[in-house]
Amino acid sequence: MTDTSADTVAAAGRPKARSLYQVSARTRKRHASETRFRMMGLAAVIFSIIALLGLMTSILSNGLSSFKQTYVTMEVFLDPAKLDKKGNRSPEDLAKITTFTIQPLIQTALAETMEARGIAVEGVNAKTAVELISKEAPAQLRHFVLANPELIGQSVRFELLASGRIDGYYKGRVTMESAALDRNISPEQLTLADELKAAGLLESRFNWSFFTAPDASDTRPEAAGLGVAILGSAYMMLIVLALALPIGVAASIYLEEFAPQNRWTDLIEVNIANLAAVPSIVFGILGLAIFINFVGLPQSAPIVGGLVLTLMTLPTIIIATRAALKAVPPSIKDAALGIGASKMQAIFHHVLPLAAPGILTGTIIGLAQALGETAPLLLIGMVAFVREYPGAPPEGFFDPASALPVQVYNWTQRGDPAFFERASGAIIVLLVFLVIMNTVAILLRRRFERRW
Amino acid sequence: MTEAATEMAVDTAIKESAIKMRGTDVSVFYGEKQALFDVNLDVARNSVTALIGPSGCGKSTFLRCLNRMNDTIDICRVTGEITLEGENIYDPKIDVVELRARVGMVFQKPNPFPKSIYENVAYGPRIHGLTNSRAELDEIVESSLRKAAIWEEVKDRLHEPGTGLSGGQQQRLCIARAIAVSPEVILMDEPCSALDPIATAKVEELIDELRGNFTIVIVTHSMQQAARVSQRTAMFHLGKLVEEGVTDKMFTNPETKLTQDYITGRFG
Repeated sequence: MTDTSADTVAAAGRPKARSLYQVSARTRKRHASETRFRMMGLAAVIFSIIALLGLMTSILSNGLSSFKQTYVTMEVFLDPAKLDKKGNRSPEDLAKITTFTIQPLIQTALAETMEARGIAVEGVNAKTAVELISKEAPAQLRHFVLANPELIGQSVRFELLASGRIDGYYKGRVTMESAALDRNISPEQLTLADELKAAGLLESRFNWSFFTAPDASDTRPEAAGLGVAILGSAYMMLIVLALALPIGVAASIYLEEFAPQNRWTDLIEVNIANLAAVPSIVFGILGLAIFINFVGLPQSAPIVGGLVLTLMTLPTIIIATRAALKAVPPSIKDAALGIGASKMQAIFHHVLPLAAPGILTGTIIGLAQALGETAPLLLIGMVAFVREYPGAPPEGFFDPASALPVQVYNWTQRGDPAFFERASGAIIVLLVFLVIMNTVAILLRRRFERRW
Repeated sequence: MTEAATEMAVDTAIKESAIKMRGTDVSVFYGEKQALFDVNLDVARNSVTALIGPSGCGKSTFLRCLNRMNDTIDICRVTGEITLEGENIYDPKIDVVELRARVGMVFQKPNPFPKSIYENVAYGPRIHGLTNSRAELDEIVESSLRKAAIWEEVKDRLHEPGTGLSGGQQQRLCIARAIAVSPEVILMDEPCSALDPIATAKVEELIDELRGNFTIVIVTHSMQQAARVSQRTAMFHLGKLVEEGVTDKMFTNPETKLTQDYITGRFG
């Protein structure tokens, strides 16, 4: 706009002989507006970077600690009198062992260990001392006994999860002051934890089980992990990839290369663009109504989640693929047609390979979007509390599972602050996956991008 | 004007037996707009026919009708009849893939596939199943590159990308690619417009050599080029065929004032 008006002024007659060092008021004004614009752009970029840094700092400071976990290491005597009363080690009888049977074993073991090391804190007896150990520990022990029945009657070294409060104490979440007001932990118990730590019985280690363990109930945040969620998300991504990529690419090729240009294809085009903007929760309702209520697929299953996310991802893939196909110079297709290739040969031998990087990039971005999607999954029941790992595909696609973003949502809804830390940890895991996917997309584009 | 053209055609008409392709009342429409008006033009066997005329006169449109490349444009409609060896190429029963294998095309801008030089030439024979063995394919590739006068330059780097060649080499590679499927007719749409004078000279020389085996129709903006390489010339203006005849006669003694003005550079 400025340019044209400047042109008209110039046409009207610019004063002739003038030094180049003299800058006219008009030129100065144009420069000023350019500088202003540049500054505004720079400010916008700086603002975005600060916002991003703030977000990353908050997530990392809250979540990084979830990758470490406090464990109590000690020997537990697997008492045959309690675990195997009949003494026949039969699997059926062993399977009947309850965690209530095992709890006293741990209590005795801890008391004996403390006594042996000469650790004693006033106000803590054997019953309250064992509260330092997670309620998950008996289950951990039971699992071990069932897997190794031959070790019954021996003392075995175990690394048992410390309770969430003790873990929180070493992460700064729990203090002596807060413990005094807390029904679940007392300052004396914290003192005992310190003693145990000094004796080398209690330590923090990298928390592998955060990635492998299933979710845990409200009272044992220290045991909660992302195993089921990661598996569920992976299953859904497989389904989305297997369905959305071929369907999306086929639809794009048809629309771009074969479909006649008429009102119907225009309508389809507009609707695909609109579909990409439909709120994701609408897809969830659709999934609930069609896949669960009408088709009768199971709730909470990766297959339903995968189908819903496929519907969501399709527009993204179609739009990206069509753009990639359009970007291939028509001269390449003409060349193939000109020597007698059929339309399909021209497309599959020449156009599609050249469009592949664009298609892959679009697909990966679509997958990344689907990976982070929460709302539609809530509606199809993936928010359920799932402790069982889904089976191997394809049957596993029909087993209940969770998903990463849903797990984040789920944990933020729980009361214990330890779950908030885990939610932040899960966000970090999710972000790492997304960053990896986007990096792959960028690398693919760099690697296969062709210039002609 | 049209009458004069008809007379002209009668004067120096091609012998019936020498006609390779014949266009009868060819009209082309792009949607509502008519781009070609009842063009009657014959193409003689084993000769070079040049199509000349100012930009937008319909010469490229006519050329693209000869192997139905216009089919790729949705809104394009062709009426009239074009025959290849007496068979109507617009007959619905004709397979356009068969037609294009017999009537090849070289485009204005060199457009090698972004693959190796070898693959560029081998692609046509491969999709048409012209060879049974790798050795035969190698032979076709070599002979095509030789015919296109580029073999000596590329024989040591057959597996390097075709897009890495210079413009003139790329265009000759495209010609090699076109002749690899042994077409009968080669259509060339301003094949030298993107090339420098030296590359142009090479391609022109090549066109003259190819005339022995192929029938060539070439669209060109260069009068000198038309005069140098073609035996017959057709002049188009505003979608109509103005004049058509033996090149020498047309350039020395044109029938119409329009042609005279155009070839002497007074318009266009």
